[in-house]
Amino acid sequence: MASVTMNVNGKPVTGEIEGRTLLVEFLRNGLSLTGTHVGCDTSQCGACLVHVDGEAVKACTMFAAEAEGAEVTTIEGVSNPDGSLNTIQQAFQDYHGLQCGFCTPGMVMSAAALLKDNPSPSEQEIREYLQGNICRCTGYHNIVKAIMAASGQDVSRIAAE
Amino acid sequence: MPKDTGIGASPKRREDVRFLTGDGNYTDDINVHGQAYVHFLRSDVAHGRITSIDTAEAGAMPGVVRVFTGKDFEGVGSIPCGWQVTGRDGKPMQEPAHPVLAQGKVRHVGDPIAAVVADTPAQARDAAEAIMVDIEDLPAVVDMKAAVADGATKVHDDLENNLCYDWGFVEDNRDAVDKAIKDAAHVTTLELVNNRLVANPMEPRVAVGVWEKGTDNYTLYTTSQNPHVIRLLMGAFVLGIPEHKLRVVAPDVGGGFGTKIFHYAEEAFCTFAAKACRRPVKWTASRSEAFMSDAHGRDHVTKIELALDADHNFTAVRTETYANMGAYLSTFAPSVPTWLHGTLMAGNYRTPLIYVNVKAVFTNTVPVDAYRGAGRPEATFQLERVIDKAARELGVDPIELRRKNFITEFPYATPVAVEYDTGDYPATMDKLSEIADLSGFDARRKESEAKGKWRGLGVNCYIEACGIAPSNLVGQLGARAGLYESATVRVNATGGITVMTGSHSHGQGHETSFPQVIAEMIGIDESMVEIVHGDTANTPMGMGTYGSRSIAVGGSAMVRAAEKVVNKAKKIAAHLLEASDSDIELKEGKFSVAGTDKSVAWGDVTLAAYVPHNYPLEDIEPGLEETAFYDPANFTYPSGAYACEVEVDPETGQVTIERFAAADDFGNVINPMIVSGQVHGGIAQGVGQALLENCSYDSEGQLLSASYMDYAMPRAADLPMFTVDHSCQTPCTHNPLGVKGCGEAGAIGSPPSVVNAVIDALHSGGCKIDHIDMPLTPSRVWAAMTGAAAAGHGTAEGRSVGGEV
Ligand code: FES
Ligand code: FES
Repeated sequence: MASVTMNVNGKPVTGEIEGRTLLVEFLRNGLSLTGTHVGCDTSQCGACLVHVDGEAVKACTMFAAEAEGAEVTTIEGVSNPDGSLNTIQQAFQDYHGLQCGFCTPGMVMSAAALLKDNPSPSEQEIREYLQGNICRCTGYHNIVKAIMAASGQDVSRIAAE
Repeated sequence: MPKDTGIGASPKRREDVRFLTGDGNYTDDINVHGQAYVHFLRSDVAHGRITSIDTAEAGAMPGVVRVFTGKDFEGVGSIPCGWQVTGRDGKPMQEPAHPVLAQGKVRHVGDPIAAVVADTPAQARDAAEAIMVDIEDLPAVVDMKAAVADGATKVHDDLENNLCYDWGFVEDNRDAVDKAIKDAAHVTTLELVNNRLVANPMEPRVAVGVWEKGTDNYTLYTTSQNPHVIRLLMGAFVLGIPEHKLRVVAPDVGGGFGTKIFHYAEEAFCTFAAKACRRPVKWTASRSEAFMSDAHGRDHVTKIELALDADHNFTAVRTETYANMGAYLSTFAPSVPTWLHGTLMAGNYRTPLIYVNVKAVFTNTVPVDAYRGAGRPEATFQLERVIDKAARELGVDPIELRRKNFITEFPYATPVAVEYDTGDYPATMDKLSEIADLSGFDARRKESEAKGKWRGLGVNCYIEACGIAPSNLVGQLGARAGLYESATVRVNATGGITVMTGSHSHGQGHETSFPQVIAEMIGIDESMVEIVHGDTANTPMGMGTYGSRSIAVGGSAMVRAAEKVVNKAKKIAAHLLEASDSDIELKEGKFSVAGTDKSVAWGDVTLAAYVPHNYPLEDIEPGLEETAFYDPANFTYPSGAYACEVEVDPETGQVTIERFAAADDFGNVINPMIVSGQVHGGIAQGVGQALLENCSYDSEGQLLSASYMDYAMPRAADLPMFTVDHSCQTPCTHNPLGVKGCGEAGAIGSPPSVVNAVIDALHSGGCKIDHIDMPLTPSRVWAAMTGAAAAGHGTAEGRSVGGEV
């Protein structure tokens, strides 16, 4: 066992870990931040996506020890300060961009990373960016629409509902 | 003007807020004080005899609580099958035992041999690696036709052979069908494979078993679509725990698609081990484990013949299908290729004579059971592909050939034992033509050709039987369960309502749509209604969610319970208003005396029910809470027409979906936004089946596609925006809401249109190919294009699962 210290959602945290403890395991089991999900064991699904020092990272591909001293942001840390949904979260609700909700935290974190780099992505750019995020429920239609809407684009021409 | 509340409105989903903020409560988020973790040691061979298991070293490793093997489960029941099919010979199907941990033999890659319970998941995993198992390899049975040949190796030594059943339907029609095919002006024949799929809800399965010493009560937290069914199957048949001593909780569940209906060995293990170890025991599947332990779907090999007369009327359909059961019978497996498949072979058409033969086969593969659509996609795929082929052979328009044979009068009794109550197939086809802009196709084809691409259009219809199902009927067909649904409507003193439903939401949005119905009935705000589901401790015995049954059966139960509540509330209101109950009307949350301005508010009546000071205590009890069990009178029959346009790259065989449109008739619609979302997701799964997904075994029974590296899940860039419409509405005639159900339609309706479109594109490029088996990967399309003659026929082998990933 070793100890690790990082900032998670703006708060300093310290915990005991093994060398093989993954960041996602530390977040879920060590810190009880269970909004970050695990959907695969081959780094394909993106359910575990968080931000580490501002970059999108699949938390199942990183050891907790590697995040020593880092700024980690999870889905629990992205709502508005008053607790209301942020623009991306709100767009997912408004455009029905989620069903079972299991992929959703990863999708929201991925969308945030995309919009930081590309504030007005085209439909095709969004679809390509989401290559590492699998959703089995929505067929992506409403996820893509929600991300376009969150970036301020007019989505009224896209098939209703 | 679209409504903003009640039935037909699309309020935002209330469950979304917790999912969007990380506050969902999925089973893996549940940790019970003192819990230990189990890791299963699973077979890495498809078939073998266990000659020895040595757990001594593993048992001594750090943190290990106990190591279990099949021996520990000798006094425990077999994982039960919930449906018995009777064969053509009048004998019941062959039904093998299904042990929690392997007894003597392993029968598929992933079959659990031993289990280690330890303080941490890592310790359990480490110790499982130290278990020494000797297995004498046996030949693997993978190919279905070889499995039923004389002298084949048996998957189960104590069964006669590998044939689970040989089912004929309708047996009395067999000779007439044979004759009609012999006498037909034209017969189109197609052999095809319905490829094996893995449902892959994004949340892997999880189970947490808890036992309380003080009460001898058990709790199982599990990723299930139907907690009561698990309680009954596991309690009564496997572990011998009476239902009142066992609570099953299925909290937020991250998608199901059928594969979380079934009772699995891991659930029984965790519950059993919790008592044996005197500690809660938790299991979380890895995705690789999910691939080799979640029930798979589809996997049919079929020959279909369609007979037509000289005027192109369909005169008969005859099919022969080999259906893979895998190594054991999963909960509802026998019903899928039979009653959920044979009864839909009429499709949307007036075909007077139909005969369906299904041979269900045991193989050394993961058990196969219901996956989104379950039997109905297989029926639709065969029929809609063979119709397209017939149209091409006859040189007629495939849409016109369909229209000519549409059923147009309802109710319509098919020759395969079901009666469609309503539908309007020309209307959905007209709607499709409009929303898919079929008249613009030729121009779009020219544009594609100008870019060097071949463009194809594929259209198909579908019908499905949903709202499963009348209990007395399914009982006659072999179901070992009733298929009603239940609801309790509890009105609280201050007027708010809690609905306890047996339906389970794992993405469908019941917490939003069910209150819309109650709000409409009573005239109160939706925010006054809360839905409780997924816990046997606080919901009435329910059958759960699958077969697009939630709103049609669960919603109907809720309506019936709410009607009882309203009737009682009217009596209370009549007392308060000093009027007769028959004069009381409920509107906009107010009870009034007809023809007067006397009224009393909903909240005043509910308060009177619980504070019965001024109350007719001599006539009615205090309180306002009612339960109803609703058993449907018939299935519901959603239907629709789908169109897909593809481009094929002649250089590579790559297929891209350019446009996809779906015109569905779901009867009345409660929440159009949610319904559209269900269709989108279904289409994505259907397109996945048609172009990408394939669960693949090699001839040794090794699972080749056991991770997302090898099993191609549809991703955002594989799909276009969809155009969906559900404005064609012929309400169901036999349930109170007039609803039909929408969960499976997309997955049923989309694969044939995709394949029809690709075949059409290939013909436009001069490749006269009749059929390519799904998934239509670039390599398969390319092989078909370059060896057109060979690919034209006979691609259906005895196993759908071999070869290419
Ligand atoms: S859990 Fe990290 S990518 Fe799937
Ligand atoms: S909403 Fe269920 S996986 Fe995306």
